[in-house]
Amino acid sequence: MSHPLFEAFSPAAGGRLQIMDDEGRIIHPEWMPALADEQAVEALRRMLYVRTADAMAVSYQRQGRMYTYPPNYGQEAISVAVGMVMRDEDWLAPAYRELGAWLAKGARMKDIFLYFGGHEQGCHLPEAKNMLPWSVPIASQLLHAAGIGYALKYQGKPGAAFTFFGEGGTSQGDFHEALNFAGVWRAPVVFVCQNNQYAISCHLSKQTAAPSIAVKALGYGIAGIQVDGNDFFAVYAAAAAAAEHARAGNGPVLIEAVTYRLGAHTTSDDPGRYRSSEEEARWAEREPVKRLRAHLADRGLWRAEDEEALVAQYRKDIDVQFLAQENEPYPLEDVFVHHYAEMPDDLKHQLVAYQKFENWKESHR
Amino acid sequence: MSTQVMTLVQAVNHALDLKLAEDPAIVVYGEDVGLEGGVFRATEGLQARHGEARVFDSPLAESGIMGTAVGMAAAGLRPVVEIQFCGFLYPAFNQLVCHVARMRNRTRGKYPMRLVVRFPYGGNIRALEQHSESPEALLAHTPGLKVVIPSTPYDAKGLLIAAIESDDPVIFMEPKRIYRAVKQEVPLQKYTLPIGKAKVLAEGTDITVVTYGANVRETQKALALAKQDGISAELIDLRTIYPVDRATIAASVRKTGRFLAVTEGPATCGVAAELVTIVNEEAFLNLAAPPARLAGFDTAPPYARGEHFYFHSPERIYYELKKVVDY
Repeated sequence: MSHPLFEAFSPAAGGRLQIMDDEGRIIHPEWMPALADEQAVEALRRMLYVRTADAMAVSYQRQGRMYTYPPNYGQEAISVAVGMVMRDEDWLAPAYRELGAWLAKGARMKDIFLYFGGHEQGCHLPEAKNMLPWSVPIASQLLHAAGIGYALKYQGKPGAAFTFFGEGGTSQGDFHEALNFAGVWRAPVVFVCQNNQYAISCHLSKQTAAPSIAVKALGYGIAGIQVDGNDFFAVYAAAAAAAEHARAGNGPVLIEAVTYRLGAHTTSDDPGRYRSSEEEARWAEREPVKRLRAHLADRGLWRAEDEEALVAQYRKDIDVQFLAQENEPYPLEDVFVHHYAEMPDDLKHQLVAYQKFENWKESHR
Repeated sequence: MSTQVMTLVQAVNHALDLKLAEDPAIVVYGEDVGLEGGVFRATEGLQARHGEARVFDSPLAESGIMGTAVGMAAAGLRPVVEIQFCGFLYPAFNQLVCHVARMRNRTRGKYPMRLVVRFPYGGNIRALEQHSESPEALLAHTPGLKVVIPSTPYDAKGLLIAAIESDDPVIFMEPKRIYRAVKQEVPLQKYTLPIGKAKVLAEGTDITVVTYGANVRETQKALALAKQDGISAELIDLRTIYPVDRATIAASVRKTGRFLAVTEGPATCGVAAELVTIVNEEAFLNLAAPPARLAGFDTAPPYARGEHFYFHSPERIYYELKKVVDY
């Protein structure tokens, strides 16, 4: 049994789920997820945390204290909504632009700074439960999610595997293979495509001739839905329905969340080379934080004056975590010790040979 | 101890059967692996005995096979996947190199990749194009993987069980030329052979010859020819390409003073080149002749009618061995 949401917004008919308009008004109350006031407020808090952490990460990189970082600016609703849907028993196979979902799984900003600051410990994520590390080779993580889905089903465990990717990732063979494997296996997997219009400089129109990403679900015999990715409620409703669908044994779901990357691809990218500021301004009017804030303010759940104090507190917390990892020791052994369960002899020899060189260098100073 | 006469491919099947019966975390899948039992019948009968959830056909996509195995291993299963032929491994390379090999290191041991990738490799069987490669150097060159190649039914069983029980990802390359060439008494009970240990098959004093896989048989025939000339050759079956058993090679060459590596893949940057380096590093002052290699040409394996140029006959191995001895 497919979820009614997937029936109502079949990608074959070109539907797109939107619940809240650009000004934060609820235009489709019939699909409004049953969220307590406190949860709706929590969503905005998380989105603000992500936006703050993200801006600070870019700033640390600009100061030369961190390396390449991929900003989330403009896409915060998606990872926060999916993060709020995921439970402890669910798994996350991330890409690299869904900060809200990582935090929901228990990744700390400290870990994230370690990773994007070039430290081996960054992918350890000691406090994150059921979360794989970031996957830089595009769309390769989708297959991991399909495999996890198979394992959960085989082991009779509750839960689903969630995975993120961009619209560019849908051009990869691994996208096809993952949706196909998960479909054949009817594995509990939620594929979340953040369609942010650009794969670095390459526009969506050059990635696919399909009318949408969501419509590709039909080719795999799985459920799919396109949602307004800047509408927190729409993403939450679709993710909750997908999780329910997957956990109930109905197989995978492909969610296409239509959004726009307001920032650069990474700190090494200059979007001015490939898109207009007019286009950016148009999308900025529909950005997700503004919309949810307006909605909550209308309901009397949010006050501008509280936000300032909240963000100041976030900034402090994030900076503490940044400083906590900035001088993390990085001993030579870190390079060697985790490649195998037991270090093979040749790695031991290479480690010792380098230590001898260091000793020699020290003694010849 | 009860034994059964088995071919190498039957020993593989038997090892999989034993482990499937013992450990519910093991799943076996790949193309035609389930109902058909694999194109070489390595998994024949396993689906009937262990069920479709544990032994099954995957969709026809090698990256999919490899990538889903990563997810399964992270979630606590022990997948043993089959790639139908070595030449079909390449679509899975991204998953293998970026994820299978690195996940343990990246996650600091949190998600070890307890999985085995099995596939038939090697040529000289008049096969179709892309069915004759020996890509072990590519795999041994990938940090995080272990690479094992058995040459007998007994070794195949013991090494495959060790591979399945390993906490590291193991590439298990099966020499398809000798899948059915040799029969051997194999104990029916479970046993393992250590990964990373070579085996001295014949002791000798004049030269050390290291090889593995299907070339062990050709080399044994070459050594019989050499023996007629009064040459006493020590033969080592490497059995594990990585981590390589330096100690056994070093001890042998220190004794014999001469060295020949016999491998099938392309010569440049190949396993034989690595073995020659080991000999230089470990036994340079014991050498009476430059350590030598007999590897494949730096070409694609020729099609069936030209195979005899490429793959090593006992005569060619004997010829190269004689050059080292007569140096």
